[in-house]
Amino acid sequence: MSGAPMSMTSGAAPMRTFVRLLVGIAIALPLMALLLLAGAWGREFWLSGRPAVPGATETTPALIARGAYLARVANCAGCHSPRGGAPLAGGLALGTPFGTLFSSNLTPDPETGIGRWTADDFWRAMHHGRSRDGRLLYPAFPYTSYTAMTREDADAIFAWLRQQPAVTRTAPPHQLGWPYRWQSALAVWRLMYFTPGDAPSHEEPGTDRAATQASPAQTAQAAQAAQTAQTAQTALARGRYLVQAVGHCAECHAPRNRLGALRDAAGLRGGWVGVQGWIAPSLADPHAAGVQDWSEAEVSAWLRSGWSERGAALGPMADVVAESLRYLTDADAQAMASYLRGLPREGSDAAEFKPASPAQLDLGRQVYARYCVDCHGEQGQGRRIDGQPAYPALAGNRAVTLAAPQNLLQMLADGGYSPTTPAHPRPYGMPPLRQVLTAAEMAAVATLVRQSWGNRASAVTEQEVLRLK
Amino acid sequence: MKISRFVPGVLIAAVLGQGLSAASAAFAQAAPPSTASSASGASASLPGATTAAPAAAPSIDAGARPLRPLTNDIAERVQACTLCHGAQGRATPQGYFPRLAGKPSGYLYNQLQSFRDGRRHHALMAGLLRNMSDDYLREIAGYFAALDVPYPAPGPSGLSGEQQARAERLITQGDPSRKVPACTACHGPAMAGRAPAIPGLLGLPRDYLVGQLGAWRNGLRRAHAPDCMADVAQALSTDDIAVVASWLAARPAGAHPEPPSGVPLPVDCGGLAP
Repeated sequence: MSGAPMSMTSGAAPMRTFVRLLVGIAIALPLMALLLLAGAWGREFWLSGRPAVPGATETTPALIARGAYLARVANCAGCHSPRGGAPLAGGLALGTPFGTLFSSNLTPDPETGIGRWTADDFWRAMHHGRSRDGRLLYPAFPYTSYTAMTREDADAIFAWLRQQPAVTRTAPPHQLGWPYRWQSALAVWRLMYFTPGDAPSHEEPGTDRAATQASPAQTAQAAQAAQTAQTAQTALARGRYLVQAVGHCAECHAPRNRLGALRDAAGLRGGWVGVQGWIAPSLADPHAAGVQDWSEAEVSAWLRSGWSERGAALGPMADVVAESLRYLTDADAQAMASYLRGLPREGSDAAEFKPASPAQLDLGRQVYARYCVDCHGEQGQGRRIDGQPAYPALAGNRAVTLAAPQNLLQMLADGGYSPTTPAHPRPYGMPPLRQVLTAAEMAAVATLVRQSWGNRASAVTEQEVLRLK
Repeated sequence: MKISRFVPGVLIAAVLGQGLSAASAAFAQAAPPSTASSASGASASLPGATTAAPAAAPSIDAGARPLRPLTNDIAERVQACTLCHGAQGRATPQGYFPRLAGKPSGYLYNQLQSFRDGRRHHALMAGLLRNMSDDYLREIAGYFAALDVPYPAPGPSGLSGEQQARAERLITQGDPSRKVPACTACHGPAMAGRAPAIPGLLGLPRDYLVGQLGAWRNGLRRAHAPDCMADVAQALSTDDIAVVASWLAARPAGAHPEPPSGVPLPVDCGGLAP
């Protein structure tokens, strides 16, 4: 530190220098921290003082209907309606690496819900991440995405929430470790990672060019092309808005840093789903969950049905389809599909392929022959019933060959059904094999299907199975 | 703002501001690994690119037996259930999992809903049913209810003569002093249940019966209010539960549920409407 002059003459000098250095650090560190804190809270004060965007003046049936739809797409109920509990009354526990948070009561109860809130209060929560009482909200409530929502849409959701039956229910207090329970820590986090209205974005390839090329044209044909390009542009912008703001896809499908902040939300390069033990695969990588090579019709049908010949929605994604995406309008499903298909394609370096030991593959083959072959076939090709796909192929199946085997292991252990949706009301299912298989057997059969029929993914160890939830 | 509230914030700010890794290292375990660089190991799995094929044999047959023929019906759609509940839902009393075949459909439907909605707790059941519509649950319940398949012979009860008498008394007469009705008063003289929603009590594993009465007793299992079985189970001692379960599990089963009846039950129970 600057306050410690060097002296070459005295024997006690190095010691004195060291002490001065310590004192200097002891003073400078808290000073810097204090400065940072003052900056963080100063910014919060400045943000809260900014005038709110003016909202809707009257609550019309059309506004409420729009709010009902948007609340579905934003999946408010996914976190605020506990299973089997009162809708939107909160109290659902959300596990995070930093502790357990409990969702709040969104019903119009004046004491425990949002009965005393105004549309401005609601806008502040959605856009600024602040509660009515000024408390900073934890970003488990995905205001980091909702902040890009329009004032009109926030007002519509609020208008709809006001119409719901009031339920008196107080959420349990959050159980967070130190220092996360401190609002000051949250203020610093927000200083580093959150800017209201800061929507993630990325280039929408091709569309701008198409629009500018066609618009100056004189002929009717060119005008029509311009019109088509304009429509595509509008759909793409709508799709981006639904994916990034309302649908908050990045909250699972983008990676997070050690402090839980999203890293390049727009890239959707894959992340972890809370602490549920599932991964949300990359939407940028066609070998993970990217849909760049699907048709728009396939993607939009999948979003609403949770199912297709190419694969089913499983685990937390099945919840998202069941609670939210199945309600998408045709136009919005197509808009999301067109945006997701246009995400910049990002490959991954293929890891060097290391075949598993013959002993592990042998064990896997025995398990497969006993429990898997009847549905998934001798070639891992899947099986059809009446010409319709019933049980999915494992050969070439992306959920099977993801670099991280967690999703495959979750399916093996717990089984599952894809969601029942109007488009796919009677799904076939997978049994929970953890009832009959040892960890070694599960690892072996997972390894077998990851390394057979052209699949070339890494082997799975018994330890990876034992780490499952 | 009080200065004491600043102190921890100061510390985290110091940690963050200095970029020290001491605090963040604590979260390295829970932090997401970089998936961007390793999102898929399957990128080389295209057919034709696999000349250096993996060691696994290309075809894995089921041994001597042919593959299960598949039919487009509800039986095929509930194959996943049979791993635990047995083929056709006819699990035997030798295990833990209950038989499903022949139980009243309203009862099965209520249970499926309860697992889905958190009135009954079983993580695997809840996970499987999580995103199923009421319509589908009703179809599944109806399928298992309609199965008329024989019951296996039960094993011995292992009860002493005195325990046997105590169990029989509770089951056929109840204990009015504790407001415990006879099991047979609701579940039928043959204890085969009553359509649409009262289950039979026979042909079930002893451990399962003990588990259910115990779960009702301590509030882990619930039914639609008013939850009469919770009241009954809470009035029973653990010894009562043990002898009753042993007696029921050792009783030969086979009778069909009785048809719906307009006679009122001795206790007030929810979830009985068809």
